[in-house]
Amino acid sequence: MNYLASIGSYAIMIVETFKKPTKWPIMRSLILKEIDELIYGSMGIIIFISFFIGGVVAIQTALNISNPLIPKNLIGFATRQSVILEFAPTFTSIIMAGKVGSYITSSIGTMRVTEQIDALEVMGVNALNYLVFPKIIAMFLYPFVVAIAMYIGILGGWIAGVFGGFSSSADFIEGLQLDFIPFHVVYSFVKSVVFAFIIATIPSFHGFYMKGGALEVGKASTVSFVWTSVVIIVMNYILTQLLLG
Amino acid sequence: MIEVENLRKTFGDTEVLKGISTTFEKGKTNLIIGQSGSGKTVFMKCLLGLLTPTDGTIRYEGKAYSEMAPEVRRDLRQEMGMVFQGSALFDSMTVEGNVMFPLDMFTKKSRAEMQERVDFVLHRVNLVDAHKKYPAEISGGMQKRVAIARAIVMNPKYLFCDEPNSGLDPKTAMLIDNLIQEITEEYNITTVINTHDMNSVMEIGEKIVFLKNGIKEWEGTKKEIFRTDNEAVTNFVYSSELFKKVRQMYLEGKN
Ligand SMILES: Nc1ncnc2c1ncn2[C@@H]1O[C@H](COP(=O)(O)OP(=O)(O)OP(=O)(O)O)[C@@H](O)[C@H]1O
Ligand SMILES: [Mg+2]
Repeated sequence: MNYLASIGSYAIMIVETFKKPTKWPIMRSLILKEIDELIYGSMGIIIFISFFIGGVVAIQTALNISNPLIPKNLIGFATRQSVILEFAPTFTSIIMAGKVGSYITSSIGTMRVTEQIDALEVMGVNALNYLVFPKIIAMFLYPFVVAIAMYIGILGGWIAGVFGGFSSSADFIEGLQLDFIPFHVVYSFVKSVVFAFIIATIPSFHGFYMKGGALEVGKASTVSFVWTSVVIIVMNYILTQLLLG
Repeated sequence: MIEVENLRKTFGDTEVLKGISTTFEKGKTNLIIGQSGSGKTVFMKCLLGLLTPTDGTIRYEGKAYSEMAPEVRRDLRQEMGMVFQGSALFDSMTVEGNVMFPLDMFTKKSRAEMQERVDFVLHRVNLVDAHKKYPAEISGGMQKRVAIARAIVMNPKYLFCDEPNSGLDPKTAMLIDNLIQEITEEYNITTVINTHDMNSVMEIGEKIVFLKNGIKEWEGTKKEIFRTDNEAVTNFVYSSELFKKVRQMYLEGKN
């Protein structure tokens, strides 16, 4: 498909998603279901990955300090900066693009190929609102996931640093508090809100407008992951330039 | 009543429907027959508005679909029931949930009223002990029946069935045919059925439209289909020896 046309239909899809809303009692239960699936269901993997990434950042930093003039608190400082600025919001989002994104594309895509979406439309239901809107709303809780990823990442760094014998706890904590700029956290949350929207909508787009059968559902999930990651990476660059540049 | 005038549908370079005109009558089972790939499903999806015709008009009770405002279309949609070729049940919901879905979505009925209606239609399609099962846990024939129950739960004025009995054993197939015909008469519904099942044609073909290569090759009733000289029809309908004999006997009996 040609890119411009895709961007056009993506924009139309977003507009349609907010039209002709589904009855609130039904929508409420859909939103709760998506929160459970998209947010709660991703906690485990996010916590696991954040913990080890934080640990690795701490070890890497420690191993690269050979100069005795560099203060030991750099380990804590570097862990905090990398986790808050990049690992928690961006790296986690790429993981989510894989986990949540492929779930969204394949579940909506399966509904497309088995004509369940046609069935919704025949009944007079706005299928986009019914399927995509609750996912967008659920993903608004994503910044909480990122906050947890930040906390666990730093915790992982502290454990690796202190128990690995690279730093004392006091040095590490001093590093954590060194030159702290609260706006960095704001920047990180702004990014995560944007990424949340991307993770909810791009995979939905690939599922909703797919053609073909079961085989194509698999292909659509792959393509959707590639595009979601590409857009996240590009938006990451643009937002960094805008907010920190 | 649904009137179709010069309906065309093309996908890219391929013209699937090449100008079809016909009417589907109220209170009757209207059949669309034709070989696999002849455009039956595309035709039905155009009628439903799931596909936009390239050209031509479709009128519901005299009003052209293409000229209706979005709200009017929406209201019309709620008067339609559709049984898809592959049933298209929502696989995240139980049988009961599937049938209740349109009621829950579009009516202000209480739980108890909805439950009563659901039990009634499920009973109507002879499904009494599958309420809490999921579509993946029931047989294809049961899925078809759930799909029919879901299609009629809102008391539709128009019922569309895309091969409602394909892949079913002859007995269940006939049960479903008879069920659809009964409902059609009972509630005075305009029913359109896609099929290539000859038993259905003979059983419930109150009006038959024969499609071939995207054009309407022939139309008539099940009685007329016995007598027609149209070679394309006879080749299609009487492709089996058994049906050839039946026709022979019928024609001999008449003369
Ligand atoms: N979305 C589409 N894009 C392109 N071509 C299509 C599309 N849908 C259907 N066609 C083509 O239209 C033709 C008619 O298809 P249709 O599904 O209507 O056949 P059918 O009569 O329902 O067949 P069957 O009895 O096997 O269900 C086929 O050649 C098919 O390839
Ligand atoms: Mg078909």
